[in-house]
Amino acid sequence: MFFDTALSTNDLIFLARGAGMTLIVTAISVFFGTVMGIVFGVFRYQVGPWWAAPLTFVLDIFRSIPLLIQLVLANAFVTTVLGWRVSGFTVACGVLSLYTAAYCAEIVRGGIEAVPPTLRRAARSLGMSWGQDMTSVVMPLAARIALPSWIGLALGVMKDSALVYVVQVVELLKSAQILITRLQEPLFLLIVCGSFYFLISFPIARFGGYLERKWSRD
Amino acid sequence: MFNYNFRWAQALNSLPRMLEGALVTLEVALLSMVIGIAIAILLTLFRLSGSRILGAIAATWVEIARNTPALFQIYMVHFGLGGFGIHLSPYLSLLIGIAFNNAGYLSENFRGALKGIPDTQTRSARSLGMTPLQAFRHVVMPQMLRISFLPMTNQMVWAILMTSLGTVVAMNTDLYGVTSDLNARTFRTFELFAIAAVIFYLITKTVTLSARLLAARLFRY
Repeated sequence: MFFDTALSTNDLIFLARGAGMTLIVTAISVFFGTVMGIVFGVFRYQVGPWWAAPLTFVLDIFRSIPLLIQLVLANAFVTTVLGWRVSGFTVACGVLSLYTAAYCAEIVRGGIEAVPPTLRRAARSLGMSWGQDMTSVVMPLAARIALPSWIGLALGVMKDSALVYVVQVVELLKSAQILITRLQEPLFLLIVCGSFYFLISFPIARFGGYLERKWSRD
Repeated sequence: MFNYNFRWAQALNSLPRMLEGALVTLEVALLSMVIGIAIAILLTLFRLSGSRILGAIAATWVEIARNTPALFQIYMVHFGLGGFGIHLSPYLSLLIGIAFNNAGYLSENFRGALKGIPDTQTRSARSLGMTPLQAFRHVVMPQMLRISFLPMTNQMVWAILMTSLGTVVAMNTDLYGVTSDLNARTFRTFELFAIAAVIFYLITKTVTLSARLLAARLFRY
């Protein structure tokens, strides 16, 4: 029968640990990725397309190569080429952060560009400095435009974090895989694992869609 | 500078095999896009049909495709269906997994595109005597596909990148599979995967550029 499973309490704890790892890797990467993304995005907007071309090129690479290859490459580079002793967890967080930053920079730039230039000129003519203009005029407006896409990005990173198994980080999907090899109950374990992703992603995605609709109305 | 001997020549020897893998990657991505677009149109029709059951099927498909990792979906096709006694080859599992994912995302794109097409068009097509299906096929669908052309090229790039996930179902003929096979034999991890990365970059750039040229050519007004 479907619920007749050999899954023990210990296995459940093992799965929960995997889920915890997924969430930790996601949280760290989204945090650092967003910070870097904001810096890159503002820089790209500020210096114009020509001077930002090298940065644009590098960020574009992160979006044009499979994440799996990025992880393997970064891991090989750090551990064998540079010879550093770095854990897979650090490599995973580093790569995922840069990956997040590459997408986030696009979102930030789009958000800034959506703020009417006349509004910013008005702010500057009132005597606001560049920093004041950025923090009190551009940021609140751009954040509204960028937030729905940012939520989508964060959820995307959570789903993509399933790939960090390749640098020996045991996250949710990998721990399910390990249990499948032992218990031979692929369907049940996969459904448990998929539901976890779904239950986190679905409500947040819905919330993002709700925000987008609400804010596009006024 | 580095305490590491790069052996590019050795890795470059296997370039022909990797290029063959790249062709398989492109083939899987293209097929998955064709199947994905076909299913996405079907799902869009389900949503427009007004039937509650068909609508629920489409909504479930889209939400599962969008809210679980692609890796999970491919894994599910291969090992999950295996639980029902349906055993698919790695190639088919990968293709079906990516097509499932594509269909979900594309259907959502189509829904966004439909918002840009006024209802009055369908109504006037209907009053001209077209059946609902004819109105969709001849009036709405061409516009829908045109509006969502750019999102579709993005999805194509995603499909190319997703082929690398075939490794979890032991797919070893695509670019990633070939590279990791070579890596298992020679241990030149960095060199081999760097070459694979360059190939992937060139493929995705070629696809986006040609799509942009095609769009400029097709959608001139």
